[in-house]
Amino acid sequence: MKNQAMVLDGLDLKILQALQENAKQTYTEIGSQLSVAHSTVYDRIKRMEEQGIIKKYTTLLDLEKVGMKQITAIMTVFTDPKESDNVAMRLSHFKEVLEVSTSLSEELLIIAKVAAEDQERLHSFIAQSIAPLPGVLRIRTSIITKKYKEQGFLVEK
Amino acid sequence: MMTPASRILRTVPRENAFYFFTSIGNYTGESATSLEEFVKKVKEVNVKSLEFHLYRGDFEKWASQTLEDKDLAEKIRNLHSLNLAGDSLRDQLYFTASKRYEKLRSELHE
Repeated sequence: MKNQAMVLDGLDLKILQALQENAKQTYTEIGSQLSVAHSTVYDRIKRMEEQGIIKKYTTLLDLEKVGMKQITAIMTVFTDPKESDNVAMRLSHFKEVLEVSTSLSEELLIIAKVAAEDQERLHSFIAQSIAPLPGVLRIRTSIITKKYKEQGFLVEK
Repeated sequence: MMTPASRILRTVPRENAFYFFTSIGNYTGESATSLEEFVKKVKEVNVKSLEFHLYRGDFEKWASQTLEDKDLAEKIRNLHSLNLAGDSLRDQLYFTASKRYEKLRSELHE
């Protein structure tokens, strides 16, 4: 069975939304917001973790505040269609690459989000590690200068 | 045993090729794995790429560190002071690299 959707009821969705707003909330806090017992919240979260609906809990950092410089760029990699999967897999192994997706437009593209300390390191990484990969035809890179929103897709209650 | 000329004229592995970019992270799809191929690509590649790499010092770095040709690196470095752009940059760079290539080729046959 491929990509079979799990059945979630209204309470599951409310719990997910509460976690997406603040994953550090306790079961008791979520339970009191939703007027259900903390044990119910625990059971529901446990089940959704086991089913892989909740993939992981992560932390959004403000890197500037800890003195870490970072630039982010969106890289579009044009590939030989026969090598596209290999290129995407190999991109996924670099620590500098944060996300990798494929896209179908007129040509098969790989879109990747890349991070580096500065423009020079970004360029060196692309020139030395990405351009030489077999099947890479050309690369377009846009450096992100200002971010207006960053959020995962929110479930609706 | 490799002579200095044959060493400079060798084909280097793909990971040590020169990759032509037009700006930070924007790869044209053109690369060169030898001085002979580099000379050909200088004729063909988008001139923006030549401008981008010349003034960053990328060409002389590749000539010096990868091809191990200090003489070519020095000749390319000397182009900086001419403040060339566009086709005049292409012509001068082509002249410099092709002349060096022909000299090395003739040394091979001596």
